[in-house]
Amino acid sequence: MAAYEPQSSPVLVVPPHRRGRRSSLRSWRRRDQLIYLLAWSAGIALCLIAAAIVVFLAAQGLRYLDPKLLVTSPSASVDQSHSGGILDPIEGTLTLAVLGTLIATPIAVATAVWVIEYGRPRWLARIVETSIELIAGTPDIVIAIFGLAVFQLGILAPFSFRSSAGGVYGRSFLAAGIMVSLVALPLTYTATRNGLRAIPRHLREASYALGKTRITTIRRVLLPSLRADIATGATLGLGRIIGSTAIVVVLLGATLQNSPENGVPLLGFLRGTGSTLPSYILNNSPAGEGNAPQKAYAAAFVLMLMILALNWVVGRISRAGAAAGLYAGRVAR
Amino acid sequence: MSINQLVFRPPTPATARPDATTALRAVEEFSGAERMRLNEISVFYDGVPAVRRASLSIHQGEVLALIGPSGCGKTTLLRTLNRLTELTPNASHSGSITLDGDDIHELEDTRLRTRVSMVFQQPNPFPMSIFDNVAFALREQSRRRPRRRELEPLVKQALQRAGLYEEVRDKLDSPALRLSGGQQQRLCIARAIATNPEILLMDEPCSALDPRSSAVIEDLILQLRNELAIVIVTHNLQQARRVADRVAFMYLGDLVELGSTDQLFTAPRETRTREYIAGAFG
Repeated sequence: MAAYEPQSSPVLVVPPHRRGRRSSLRSWRRRDQLIYLLAWSAGIALCLIAAAIVVFLAAQGLRYLDPKLLVTSPSASVDQSHSGGILDPIEGTLTLAVLGTLIATPIAVATAVWVIEYGRPRWLARIVETSIELIAGTPDIVIAIFGLAVFQLGILAPFSFRSSAGGVYGRSFLAAGIMVSLVALPLTYTATRNGLRAIPRHLREASYALGKTRITTIRRVLLPSLRADIATGATLGLGRIIGSTAIVVVLLGATLQNSPENGVPLLGFLRGTGSTLPSYILNNSPAGEGNAPQKAYAAAFVLMLMILALNWVVGRISRAGAAAGLYAGRVAR
Repeated sequence: MSINQLVFRPPTPATARPDATTALRAVEEFSGAERMRLNEISVFYDGVPAVRRASLSIHQGEVLALIGPSGCGKTTLLRTLNRLTELTPNASHSGSITLDGDDIHELEDTRLRTRVSMVFQQPNPFPMSIFDNVAFALREQSRRRPRRRELEPLVKQALQRAGLYEEVRDKLDSPALRLSGGQQQRLCIARAIATNPEILLMDEPCSALDPRSSAVIEDLILQLRNELAIVIVTHNLQQARRVADRVAFMYLGDLVELGSTDQLFTAPRETRTREYIAGAFG
C-alpha cells in the first residue's frame, strides 16, 4: 500500500472571522450585570485617575519648567528668582537610583536562586522568604530610622563622616543608597523568583543530562533565561527608589545642594550629603519650608517623566524577552 | 591538551560494530559487546516500588525499546540508567547497574551523564543560539574554556550526525527556539551526541512531533545505532517495530518479557505481552 501523502488544496479560501449571535447584557442576571459594570467602571476610573495625575503634573510642570532649571544648582535665597534650579536633586536622584539598584540586584538574584534551586534546609528557606516579605512590608520611615541608628555607629564612620565634635553623622549617599536598596530588593527578588519557578523542570534536566552541575546549569542556562525578569524587577525597584522620600530626608540630609566630603572625588561625593527630587519637592511644596510650589511642580514633572520613561523601558524589556523566545515553554504561575 | 583529548571517547571503530544493514536481530542476547547491565534493579518513590527487580543488558550497536502502558515504569527505568532519578528527593533504588563493568553509582554523576546521554520527550533547546546549544555540551569540560574556533568543527560534526547541519548552516547564531519542533528535537539529539556518548537514552522522542518529523527522527535513530547503543521508551508499538532490535515489555513495574522485535511482536511468550500488543489494554 502506498504511503499516505497529504494533498495540498489550492481551491481552499480562508473565510473572514465572524462570530455568531451573543447574549445581550439585558438578558443577564442582575448580579452578573452589576459585576460586569463594576469591572468596566473600575478600569475606566483608574485610567481617568492616572490621566488626571499625568495631565495635571504636565500642565503645571510645563507652565513652570524652565530649561535653565535643569542645569542650575539650587541656592538658598528668599527671592525665588535667585534660588537656582534642580540640577543637584536630579544628580542626587540618579546617584541614589544607580547605587541602590547596584546593591539590591545581585543580592536579590542570588537570594532567589538559593531559595528556588537549593532551598535546604526548608526551615531556613522559609525564614528567608518571610524576611523578604517583612522588608517589603516595612514602611520607608522605619527603614530610615533603623539605618540612621546603624550608620551612626563608630565602626561605620567611613560610610559618612565624623563631625567636629567626634560623633558619626550617619547621613550620606552611601548610607541612603544601602538602605534604599532594601526598598528595591523585594521587587527584584520576586521577579527573579517567579521567573525561576516558571522555567520548566525539563530545561534543568536537559542540562543535568548533559553532565552539567547544578551551579553550571544556574549560571549558563537559568540566569540567561531570566534576563528580562531580572531587568523588569530591577527597573520596578528603581522606580521605588526614585520615589522614596523618607529615607532621603533621614539618611541623606536633604540639604539644598549636594555637599561632597573631602577626599577621593567619587568616594567623597558618596560620603557627602545631598538631596533628590522627592526631598526637593517636599521642601518646596506648601507642606515644606521652601514655599516655592512652582519649583516643586517643575521638579514633580521631571520626576514623573523619569517614572514614565522607566515604565516604557520595562515594557520594552518584556517585549524584547518575548521576541527572543525567553518565555517559550514557561509555565504560567 | 586539546578539548578532543580531554573527555571524549571517539566513536566505536567500525570493526567492532555489528552489520548495520541487518534489519532484524533474532537473538535475545544481542551479539554486540555488552555496554550496560542492570541487575535486579528496583526503584522506589516514597517507598512505593515503581520498578521491580528488572534485569537486562544493553549492547553496542542495538536499539532497545521499552514499551508498556502508562505508569508501568518505563521512564523510571530509563532515568535510572543515567541516575536522573536521584534528582527526585524521595526516590531510592536497590540492585546494581554497571557501565563497561563499572558500577555507575561509583562514577561521578556528571561524568556518567557525558557517557550516557539523554533526549527527552519535549524538545528542550536552551534559550541560546543553535551553535551555543551544541557547544554547551562541549564547554565546561575542563578548567580552560575552549575557544569558538576549537568548538566549530565539533559542533558541525554533531549537527551533521543529527542530520540538521544543512538546514541550519547559514544561521548557526540565530536563536534555537525559532526552529520547528522537529528541528529542535534534532538539535537536542545533536547536543546529546556531541560528547560522543556510549549510550543514548530517548524518552518518547517523537511523541510531541508531527508524523513527518517523527519519520526523520526514526531514520536518524537507525543511522545512530551504528555508533552507539540506544534505549528508547515509546508508546507507539509501530515505531518500536520499525526501529528496535530488541523490545522489553513492562507492566506495573515488572519487566515482563524481553526479546527480539520479531519474536515479541509475532510470538510473545507471556499472556500479558500478547494482550498488550493486541490492544486489550494500555
